[in-house]
Amino acid sequence: MSDRQKTVLLHGGLLALLLGLQFVLPAYHHGNLARIMVLAVYAMGYNIMFGYTGLLSLGHALFFAAGMYGMGMSVQLLGATPAPAMIGGLIAGAVVAAALGALALRTADVAFMIVTLMFAQAGYLAVLYFGSVTRGDEGFVIQQAQRMMMGIDLSDATNRYFAAFILFALCLIAVLWLVQSPFGKVLVAIRENEERARMLGYDVFRHKLIAVILSGTMSAAAGAAYGLLFGYVGATFASVQYSIFPLLWVLLGGAGTALGPFIGTLFMFYLIDLSSNVTSAYMLIAGVALVVLTLFAPQGLIGEVRSRIWRWLP
Amino acid sequence: MTLLSTRAMTKNFAGLTAVNAVDFDLPKGEIRALIGPNGAGKTTFVSLLCGRIEPTSGTVEFDGADISHLPAHKRINLGMAYTFQITSVFARLSVFENVALAARKRVHGTAQVAQAVHAALDQVDLNDRAEQIAGDLSYGHQRLLEIAMGLVQRPRLLILDEPTQGLTDSEIDAFKALVRGLKDTTTILLIEHNMSVVMETADRITVLNFGEILAEGTPTEIHADARVQAAYLGTG
Ligand SMILES: Nc1ncnc2c1ncn2[C@@H]1O[C@H](COP(=O)(O)OP(=O)(O)OP(=O)(O)O)[C@@H](O)[C@H]1O
Ligand SMILES: [Mg+2]
Repeated sequence: MSDRQKTVLLHGGLLALLLGLQFVLPAYHHGNLARIMVLAVYAMGYNIMFGYTGLLSLGHALFFAAGMYGMGMSVQLLGATPAPAMIGGLIAGAVVAAALGALALRTADVAFMIVTLMFAQAGYLAVLYFGSVTRGDEGFVIQQAQRMMMGIDLSDATNRYFAAFILFALCLIAVLWLVQSPFGKVLVAIRENEERARMLGYDVFRHKLIAVILSGTMSAAAGAAYGLLFGYVGATFASVQYSIFPLLWVLLGGAGTALGPFIGTLFMFYLIDLSSNVTSAYMLIAGVALVVLTLFAPQGLIGEVRSRIWRWLP
Repeated sequence: MTLLSTRAMTKNFAGLTAVNAVDFDLPKGEIRALIGPNGAGKTTFVSLLCGRIEPTSGTVEFDGADISHLPAHKRINLGMAYTFQITSVFARLSVFENVALAARKRVHGTAQVAQAVHAALDQVDLNDRAEQIAGDLSYGHQRLLEIAMGLVQRPRLLILDEPTQGLTDSEIDAFKALVRGLKDTTTILLIEHNMSVVMETADRITVLNFGEILAEGTPTEIHADARVQAAYLGTG
């Protein structure tokens, strides 16, 4: 079997499994998995920049929130239906990402981290400042009537799972395609040795900028879908916490792997979920588990699988 | 016809003038060796040509056009290739992928790229290691990989910075033959400490000393030049 066939089989198998699971999962886990798939899209978007291009952003909540508010504002202010509202979210994400990229990519390393962090903080404060339209911290609910897409009620659990699944599948396929394309391979080359990539004739700035835009747009898609599917838009999603989450998910699952973001998100979601059933000090348990994992699987779960067993993993 | 020339090319590093007002002309189709003692400014000079570092002042022309203000990647895309003195391969990627990254600027399509990569790896006799991780190669083999990455670009000007450092004698012999074989298609600027490589491959030699051109001429002329003997050959 060629590497390509194995890749198709493994990732196609996961998608088939996720599609099948919705018929057998109990309601609680069914709801969780829908949420995890949307958050995994966020992590996959983050991974394009961090995992594949080597750009460590501490401000991705800006993109997640741009998508969420782009969608939410389209619904609130323009009365848009879900499909155009989603597009509003994507455009908001792409525009914000292009602007941030054009400015922040003039810096590198720690300065880049700080600049992205500051931009995201500015975005968070802007949400609060324009509280008269955004409703600030309190946020606003997207009503059931506003979540009807071509006669499909997105607040219904089954439809919601299906919508989350479709978004997840599209983004997973897009990432697989991207990272195996010549363009994606240049991103990896930049991550590995930027100077060498430049001296092979690649426009490093342009490649990074496109990576930021793709990453920001995918993160925005997750933010928009999250607001739409779960019916709430609020400033928490623009806070620094939401910039740290995708970094953790990707580190846990394996940076620079296509499956890592999903596995990391799944793992962390259930780690917190299960430990909070056992004790109120659940963050402690989660923290210890994270430290153990970082010690024994520094490349993340899928990263370890790749370096030990399946070298062909994209 | 001149492929590349510089005028008053100068580079200062915090008080140290590494390259000092160099006027340099390289005719198309020539194999030119650039020699000089350690710290003479050879690497700095070629880095100014391909845009890897910014000059303090001076101009570069390539194929009749002023490229002084072009960023490095645009210069490379005009048909220059540069191989690093300090091996700079993609250490965690396979040998094949290293060369493929260099090839994809010129050829498109999976099969075409693979063909170009294997042809270049054949030229340096690394084909049987195509699937290895580049960082696992011996130092000499990484040098050969660097050369393959330069070759696969089919550049009009190939700049090689001490390519034979760390190669075995038989690999050096193969390298000499390889360079001579490129003569019809490629102009070569070769920085080299190994005098047998210089004498057997170069059409002309430029000697750099303290950032300035000390002498220029055929291998025989340079060999006989007393100033060169004093500055370099005698001590080297
Ligand atoms: N980035 C830099 N910053 C400061 N000084 C530098 C830098 N690069 C080179 N130099 C200095 O410039 C001078 C020329 O260095 P260069 O590397 O060009 O010499 P070279 O002729 O290539 O020597 P070698 O034969 O050892 O490779 C040296 O004195 C070196 O220390
Ligand atoms: Mg040097």
